[in-house]
Amino acid sequence: MSLTSAHSVVAPSATSKRVAGTIIVAYALISIVPLLWIFATSFKTPPDSIAYPPKILFQPSVEGYCNLFTTRTRQTPEYINSLGPATGLCDETVRKRNMVIAGPSNFMPRFVNSLIIAFGSTFCAVFLGTLSAYGFSRFKVPLADDLLFFILSTRMMPPIAVAIPIYLMYRELGLSDTALGMILLYTAVNVSLAVWLLKGFIDEIPREYEEAAMIDGYTRLQAFWRTVLPQATTGIAATAIFCLIFAWNEYAFAALLTSGTAQTAPPFIPTIIGEGGQDWPAVAAGTTIFLVPILVFTILLRKQLLRGITFGAVRK
Amino acid sequence: MLNRTADSVARATPEPLARKVRGISDKGLAWLFISPTILLLLAINIFPLFWAIYLSFTNFRANRPNEVAKNLGLANYKRILADQDIWIAMQTTAHFVFWTILLQTLIGFTLAWLIDRKFRGHAFWTTIILVPMMLSPAVVGNFWRFLYEPQIGLFAYAVSFVTGIPATEISMLSNVSLAPWSIIIVDTWMWTPYVMLICLAGLRSIPEYIYEAAEVDRASNWRQFWSITLPMALPFIMLAVLFRGIENFKMFDMVNLLTGGGPGSTTEVASITLKRQAFESWRTGYSSAFAIILFVAVFGLANIYVKALNKVKQR
Repeated sequence: MSLTSAHSVVAPSATSKRVAGTIIVAYALISIVPLLWIFATSFKTPPDSIAYPPKILFQPSVEGYCNLFTTRTRQTPEYINSLGPATGLCDETVRKRNMVIAGPSNFMPRFVNSLIIAFGSTFCAVFLGTLSAYGFSRFKVPLADDLLFFILSTRMMPPIAVAIPIYLMYRELGLSDTALGMILLYTAVNVSLAVWLLKGFIDEIPREYEEAAMIDGYTRLQAFWRTVLPQATTGIAATAIFCLIFAWNEYAFAALLTSGTAQTAPPFIPTIIGEGGQDWPAVAAGTTIFLVPILVFTILLRKQLLRGITFGAVRK
Repeated sequence: MLNRTADSVARATPEPLARKVRGISDKGLAWLFISPTILLLLAINIFPLFWAIYLSFTNFRANRPNEVAKNLGLANYKRILADQDIWIAMQTTAHFVFWTILLQTLIGFTLAWLIDRKFRGHAFWTTIILVPMMLSPAVVGNFWRFLYEPQIGLFAYAVSFVTGIPATEISMLSNVSLAPWSIIIVDTWMWTPYVMLICLAGLRSIPEYIYEAAEVDRASNWRQFWSITLPMALPFIMLAVLFRGIENFKMFDMVNLLTGGGPGSTTEVASITLKRQAFESWRTGYSSAFAIILFVAVFGLANIYVKALNKVKQR
C-alpha cells in the first residue's frame, strides 16, 4: 500500500480504482436491466413477451403500442377479408390477430390529464413557493422557524391518512375526480418542497443586489422582480422539475380520489388488460412513454439532484 | 438621474412615508408573500387533519353520509390498540422498514465509497445508477409483477439460472415466505441510489488533509476508515436513513401494485391496512383514528431522531 501511494499520499491507487470501477459498472448494468426489459417488452408481440425462456432477441413489433392506444374487437376472418385494405400499420398488425380496431383507448386522455395536473400544480407550487421563500429569506417573519417546520411537517403524513378527509371534503365541494381538485392537492403537497428548496437558493443570492436596486429607486417589489428573480432562475427551474416529477409520479392520491374524467396515467397503466390477462407489451409501451420525460429530466437535473431529494438539507 | 431624485426624495421624507413612496412596507410584503402558502396548507392539510381528528371519535362511515355519526369518545383508539390485525400490520411495516433501510444503507454506502475513488467515467455511471429512484414507484412496481412471474418472468429466470432451482417454483409474489422479500427487493433496487447519493456528498465533504495527516501518522487503511471516513460521513448516513425511514413507513404505491398486501395479509403494511379499512370496509371513523396514531408515531419518532442527528452533527 505504501508503495502505490508513494506519489500522492491520499489518492486511490490504480488497482483500487479499477476494482471500484468494475463493481460500479456491474451494479449500474444490473440495476438498469429492469428498465431495458420494459423497453424491450414494449416492442414484443404478446406471445413473445410470455415465451420461456425469456426472449432477448426477437422480431420487433408495434403491436404493444397499437394495443395501448386502441380498443379492439374480435371478428371472423371472413368479415376481416370483406373489409378493404388495411389503413395503417396498426390496422394491419391488429388484423393478423383476427381483430379490428374499434376506437381509441383511454390512454391518451389519461396521459393528457397527467400533463395538465402535473404542469398546473407545478406552476402553482413554484409560484407560491417563490413568494414564500423570498418572504422567509429576506424579512423577519415572526415564528419563522415554526412556520417553516409546519410547512415541512405536512409532508410527513401518510398519503392515505390525508386522503380520508380530503375525500370527504372534495365530495362536499364537488371537487371529486376533477383536475382542479388534483391540482390543488398536488400544489399543497409540493409547496413544502418548493419553499424549502427555493429558500436555500434565494439565501445564496446576496442581499446587496436588491439593496443597490432599492437605493436606485426601485421599490422592494420591483427589486424582487428585476434582481432576485433573474438570479434565481436556475433554482426555480430545478425546483419546478422536482415538483413536476412528484406530481407526474404520484399514485396514492390519484388512485383514491380520481376514477374517471380526472384519472392520471399512474393508476391507469396497471389496468391495461388484454384477452386472458394483462397485456404486458401494451403495459410496457405505456410505461415507456410515461418514463421517457422523467429520464430526460433526471439527466438535466443531475447537478441539483442531491439538493432536491433532501429538501435542501444537503447542498454540496 | 430620475432614480437618484426619487431616492433623495425618499431619504428626505420621514421613515413611514418613505416606505410608502417605495411601495408596500416590508412587513406588509412579507405577509403578502407568505400568507397564500399558509392559507393553502391550512385548507388542504390542516383543516382535513382536524376533520380527521373529529371523525376519529365517531363511528362515521363515508359510504353512509346521511347517517348521523355517533360520538364514541376514545373507543376507536382503544379498539385499534387492542386489534391483533393492526399489530400484525405494524410488525409487517417494521420488518419492511428495517430490512429496506439496512440493505439500502449497506449497499448505498459501499457504492458511494467505491464511486469516491473517482475512476474514469464515474460521473456517467453514477447518473445511470440514479435513474431508478426518479421513476414512479407505482408504474415501475406494476411492471415488476411481470418480472416476478414464476416461469416467464425475467427475475425468476435469472434466479433459476444462477441457483438451478426450476423457474416454475420461484413464485415471489404468491409464496407466503417470499412475498415480503419481493417488496424489499424492489424498494432496495429503487432507493439504494438515493442513499448512495447522500452518502457520496458525505464522503466528499471530508477534507483531504485529514487523510494526509492520518497517512503521516501511519494509520492503516482499516483504521482510517473506522476513525475518519465512517464517523465523518455518519450525519449524512443518518439523514438518508431519516428520509428513507419516513418514506417507507408511509409506503403505499409500490406495495399496493406489487402484492396489494397479499398473499393473505403477509405484506399488508400500515398504509395498506389503512386503505382497506377506509376505502374498502368504509370504517371512516376507525381508520381516521388509525391515521392519527400513525401520524403521531411518524412525527414523534422523526423528532426524536432529529435530536439524535443534531447531537451527532455537533460532535
